[in-house]
Amino acid sequence: MSIADEEQAEQVARIRSTSRGRVVAGRFFRMRQGRLGFALLALMFVLAFAGPHLTHWTYTDQDFTAFLQPPSARHYWGTLQTGADVFAVTLRGMQKSLIVGLLVAVIATALAAVVGAFAGYFLGWTDRVLMWAVDLLLVLPGFLILAIMSPLFAGGAWLLFVIMLALFLWMITAKVVRGMTVSLKEREFVSAARFMGVPAPTIIFRHIIPNLSSLLIVDATLNVSAAILTETTLSYFGFGIQPPDVSLGSLIADGSKTAVFAPWTFWFAAGLLMVTVLAVNLIGDSLRDAYDPTAARAS
Amino acid sequence: MALFLLRRLLNYVVLVVVATSLAYMLAAGALDPRANYEGRNPPLPPAVIDARLDELNLNPDRPLFERYVTWAGDVLHGDFGKTVDGDSVNRDLGRRAGVTFRLIILGVVFGSLLGVAVGAYAAVKQYGWFDRITTTLAFVVLAVPVVVLANILILAGVSFNDAVVRVFEVSGEFTPGLDGDFLDQVTDRLKHLLLPTISLALPLIATFSRYQRNMMLDVLGADFVRTAMAKGLSRRAALTRHALRTALIPAATYFAFTFGSLLVGATITEKIFGWHGLGEQLIDSINRSDVNTVAAIACLTALSVLAASLMSDVLTAALDPRVRVA
Repeated sequence: MSIADEEQAEQVARIRSTSRGRVVAGRFFRMRQGRLGFALLALMFVLAFAGPHLTHWTYTDQDFTAFLQPPSARHYWGTLQTGADVFAVTLRGMQKSLIVGLLVAVIATALAAVVGAFAGYFLGWTDRVLMWAVDLLLVLPGFLILAIMSPLFAGGAWLLFVIMLALFLWMITAKVVRGMTVSLKEREFVSAARFMGVPAPTIIFRHIIPNLSSLLIVDATLNVSAAILTETTLSYFGFGIQPPDVSLGSLIADGSKTAVFAPWTFWFAAGLLMVTVLAVNLIGDSLRDAYDPTAARAS
Repeated sequence: MALFLLRRLLNYVVLVVVATSLAYMLAAGALDPRANYEGRNPPLPPAVIDARLDELNLNPDRPLFERYVTWAGDVLHGDFGKTVDGDSVNRDLGRRAGVTFRLIILGVVFGSLLGVAVGAYAAVKQYGWFDRITTTLAFVVLAVPVVVLANILILAGVSFNDAVVRVFEVSGEFTPGLDGDFLDQVTDRLKHLLLPTISLALPLIATFSRYQRNMMLDVLGADFVRTAMAKGLSRRAALTRHALRTALIPAATYFAFTFGSLLVGATITEKIFGWHGLGEQLIDSINRSDVNTVAAIACLTALSVLAASLMSDVLTAALDPRVRVA
């Protein structure tokens, strides 16, 4: 019976939450920077996933009749020193960077939400152990650990890379979530659920985490750009996505060597990366303002 | 209070020990120092390689735990062992720490001061032209990864050198074998510093100005600022002495952590501009499977993060009287 009440209460909540979602979306799209960021990111996705069909070159192809050639009708964005088509490899790198960025952000934020909420809800030893792990990960140099583990990422094991990258991006958010859970836990609806006999994990997933959703969504968005930047930097130094696969980072690393006399090898990859990160940051900032109109200060 | 601080310090020490040990185990388990000696011409006999690796405590054939105990024993005496070349890690990293410090100090100081100034001014003139321009610029700069920014700066510097006059040096800390008096040496070093400093400072200015602007806006409407002006303080005095000081507290925390992480984290700038500092060694030591150096750098990073958190406590106490009373 108590559980049934709980389900019913949840349904009521769900009806309200859709309307809130619509309100937030409305505010988001009324902001110029929100519209701009969304349009730019959508454009990047379309380019990255539909673009490769516009050319018959793939990212592994090499044109032995055209080394380091400027953009032309045959190669839209020119070719690299190896004869690879810049258009094809850049879009392939974009796909990788976008997928890695999105996955890492989702995993990192989910991990932060769960760990932070459990620590804040149970307190005591659970809290001490989890927060100690958070402190340890903060002290561990993430870049160094990822670089050491990079040989493991070769041979298509980039999902492992994604998980490791996420493992070093969630700690600060987990601390924030913990702090908010501690205060949320005292609220009436949580007490009510507890007195109805709802088990603690259910309370956390059904009441605590949904109530933190605005923070988590904004955090996940900003994590996307953090993840893309970290991935690019690691790949730049050869510690991220491993050849033969490419990422924007490895392309920028190669392109920077030839950029002086062959600008197309550098600027397309670098430019697309900047536009992507800019779009994600704009979306994150607008989302924060949309969720919290009192903080709507960014122009 | 003293007990609280003591417990906190003890916790820090445990964290550093665990983090460094983990990094050592991971590095010793995953990296292969033998590759440095194999494939040489003329080839070294395996027995010689083994003897060399044993001497450096790097032999992967020995159990990991045994190597760890030997290494940890030395570290307890303040000795981080030897690099794959047989040099002392302590001496090597000590020299590099100096290089890194000379590289980042200007960038961090300029970056944070300018960032705070820009952010505070933008907040005072909210929605004015200065605010709009700096906000847009900050968004653009924050979207440029340091690897790209540094390369763009090099490209711009090189074309400026070709077109006008040779001002920017894009590689190294100074011109080796440069003759000349003291002034020439200083100018040479400054020329080498220009671009790396810009590449460090620009992202810092962007981040700090965003932080500072938001913090400043929060306090501008506060009662204590109005009170300060009501009791006769000029607007300028009220803004700098009351509003800015309060709004600086979060920026101080951020400053401490930036400084701490940059000690090792100027990796990208160092590597691209060819400065032989700690960050460059971080990349090189992994590429050369130099386990002892990797572990030592991990230890330094952990220490600098903790030093940063101590520094942020001190800075907060200096700016916030309430903390000192408590």
